[in-house]
This record gives sequence, C-alpha cells and structure tokens, in this order.
Amino acid sequence: MKRYLYYPGCSLHSTSREYDLSARTVCQRLGIGLEEIPDWVCCGATPAHVTDHLLAVALPVKSLISAGKVDGRDVVTCCAACFGRLKAANQEMAEDVEIRAQVKQLLGEEYRGEVRVRHLLEVLLEDVGLQELGLRAERKISGLAVASYYGCLLVRPPKLMRFDDPERPRSMDDLMQAVGARAVGWAYNIECCGASLSLTRTEIVLRLCRDILADAKARGADCLAVACPLCQSNLDLRQAEVEKAYGVRFGLPVLYFTQLLGLALGAGLGELGLDRLLVDPIPLLRSKGLV
Amino acid sequence: MAANAVGVAFRGLSRSFPGGCTMKWQITSDDLRGDFLRQVEAESRQRILACYQCGKCSAGCPVAPEMDILPNQIIRLVQLGMKDQALASRAIWICASCATCTTRCPQEVDIARVIDALRNIAIREGRSSPEREIRVFNQVFLRNLASHGRLYEVGLIRDYNLLSGHLFKDVLKAPVMFRKGKINPFPPKVKGARELKALFQKLRPPARGGA
Repeated sequence: MKRYLYYPGCSLHSTSREYDLSARTVCQRLGIGLEEIPDWVCCGATPAHVTDHLLAVALPVKSLISAGKVDGRDVVTCCAACFGRLKAANQEMAEDVEIRAQVKQLLGEEYRGEVRVRHLLEVLLEDVGLQELGLRAERKISGLAVASYYGCLLVRPPKLMRFDDPERPRSMDDLMQAVGARAVGWAYNIECCGASLSLTRTEIVLRLCRDILADAKARGADCLAVACPLCQSNLDLRQAEVEKAYGVRFGLPVLYFTQLLGLALGAGLGELGLDRLLVDPIPLLRSKGLV
Repeated sequence: MAANAVGVAFRGLSRSFPGGCTMKWQITSDDLRGDFLRQVEAESRQRILACYQCGKCSAGCPVAPEMDILPNQIIRLVQLGMKDQALASRAIWICASCATCTTRCPQEVDIARVIDALRNIAIREGRSSPEREIRVFNQVFLRNLASHGRLYEVGLIRDYNLLSGHLFKDVLKAPVMFRKGKINPFPPKVKGARELKALFQKLRPPARGGA
C-alpha cells in the first residue's frame, strides 16, 4: 500500500466535500493510504498572495513543516489552488535565502522546501499508472464524452508546476480514456474560470464560464471533468446563473475526475458524492447505463 | 531636465472614456529616475526591463476586457517609474492570477508576480482601490483565516456581504447548498489556531486583514 500525507484544503472540508469523499473512495479502492497532515492550516489562497508575499509563503510552510515531522512521505492534495500555493512556497524556501530567513523568524523553524508536494492526478498517473488503472476499471465508463478541464493552477506557471504541458495538457484526458471514456478535444480546457472573482466580480466569472461551457457543449461533451474545487464551484454552482444571464441552456454536469474514476472503479453514488452536485449528473449516467 | 516631459498615449485607456478619446500622461525625468522600478524588481524578483512590449501577455489575458489598462501597459508604467498611475489602475485588482501571461512571456517575466508585488505595495501604502469589493473580500478572507486557521465559509460570506454592502449576494443559494451538504454552519476547529494568530500578529497589519 502506498501511503501519502493528505492536504485537503478548506474547500474539500466544506463546499467541495464530494471531492474529498470521492478522492478518499478512489484511493481506498486503489490501495492508496491518505493521512491528513496534523493541524494543517489554510494555504492563504489568492487573498494572501495579493496582500502580503511573506504571509503567502509562511502559511503553506506552516503545514509543510507539520508534514515533514511525520515522516518522509509525499504530500498529496486535490485542490489545484492549494497545489499551486504549496509548490510556490516550497520553491521560495528552496531558492530564496532572504524569504527563508524571514519565514524562519516568523515560524521559529527552519524549512528548505524539502517536502515533496503532488496533486492526486499526478500520483495516480505516475505511481499507479494508466495501464493499472485501466485494468482496475470494473465498469468502463464508455459512451461518456468527457471534456477535461484543467483550468489554470494545475499547469501554470509551468516552471513552478512542472505538471503536464501548459498549453496542451493530456493527463486528465489520458486518465479518462484509460477507464473507457471518450476524451473530447476542445479549445477552452486551459482557460481561466475567474476563480476568486466569483463573489466580487461575478459578471466576469459568468462570462468566462459561459465561454467554457459553450465550447464544451459545441464539441459534443456530455460532461466536464475537473481537478479544482474553485473551477467546479464556478462551472457547476453558477451554471444556472450563466444560463439565465446569457439566455442559453447547457445542462452540463461538472464532475470531479475522482468521481468519474470512482464510477469506473465500481464505487456507488453515495461514496462519490454524486448527489451533491448542483447540475444533476444522474440522468446522464442513467442514460449511459452507468448507474 | 525635470521640465523635459514626454506625453504617452495609452490606447487601452480609451475604453474608460466615452467617445474613445485617449488620455495623455506626463512622464518626467523624476519618474524615470525614481526608485519605483527598483522596488518592484526587488519585491517581484523579476527583470522588468527585459520586457520589450510585445503584448503577448495582454493577448492571452482572460480578463483584459474588464481592465482599464492592459497587462503589458502595467509593465510599461513600472518601467517608466509611473508609480501613481500603476497603483491606481483597476487592472492590477481585476487580475485573476491565472498566470497565462507568465506562461507565455517570451522574455520570461513573471507578470503575475509583478502584479502581486504592485498589489502588495498599494495595500502597504494604504492606497485606495477602484475595486472596493475585491479589497473588502481579501480583508474579510484574511481576518477569517487569522481567527479560525482554516476558512469558515459561512463567516466569510456573512462578513463579505455586510462589509461590501451587497447584503443579499448569493443568499438564494444558501438553502440548496445546505441541502447538498456544502455548507458547514460551524467554524472549523484547528489545534494550531492560537499559534497561527501569533503568526498573524507578527506580520504587518494588512496581512491580518486590517486597513
């Protein structure tokens, strides 16, 4: 059994509980052990890095120091935004002597960016492998046309993330194909959803989400697969608003890649939190004989 | 030399003025010799003079339509030492930190990080922002973190609505979110929350969500 330290992040404990649920279900079925970092704190997200660079580094480092004390296990996170902040903090601590000294003064402990931080998608592809995932799939999700949406922070900035191709990512598409789905080729897979502007400048988020959903729909997607709770919230929770604002109808379920993978691995609806999505995916899954 | 002023027209600005007129800013040699450029280069760890204004950052920016000046113009203002104009722009607050600009810059300038440095400076200097809601959101978010250690979303929305004056923002979503188990009515409990409070106290007031 492969074991990792788990950094869920705030969203997975609240608005995106189904991401946490489905990630744990998938990991359990694949023999991957997830243990939460003791006393992890929020990564600071966008408000921290916008406001104070030192704070934006110190917050993730606090959790990473806590992780480092457990043992040498890698940290795995499901949230693309947390992933970005944790990796940025690691890079600063490894390369920037001045910041490292300031953070040491703040936290009272020395840290040099040594704890490896990975996204669950990366762990599944690299440590389990597509072939193994394909073999493990009990129920191929064939017949489902999935538009994999990467958004921003999983792949950008590339020098920091070192994850997939920043302009033409394949990892999620490959994963979906490995378990039987049809990967839809589309143009908006790396366009921004507006993320943290959701509350403050909602109309910008609606415009960006309209473009993303419209392209997915036009290319024949049945649903979207996402790997970030912010992307999911904007595309799912605000989809009805988008439809109203632009006088269009999408009805596109926005599923976490872990939910789709979980279905393929034979997990039940409740274990995957599929009943928690705003755009109900059940009619679609039923029409494809998947539930 | 101080009187030797150069007028520069910024095309992007015409958007904010009905009729499409362009506005001219005066650059003086005081601006050019000031220490703003060095300050931003030091804080962002970026070589800002490497930018040759190709505009690729602006071409790919998803929120450019809502900006008053474009990302490459933000960089140009910094190059020319035009601190007040750069820090008063709406654009630096509209930036969604998606890093498309950073990814595509042929000169490897991390534009998103430069914009972060500008926002850090503006906040530290207590400058007002034309995007009031975004500032309020950031403050409320950080205060929430400082007291709970992890985000308490019910508190975040409540405080944001109260302070922004948008009292009923997304209120209609509450029942369905509650039903779907997406709202935890209670604040999170973290053991290290007190330690975290101490950390916030050591930082400058804005990092604690203060003014």
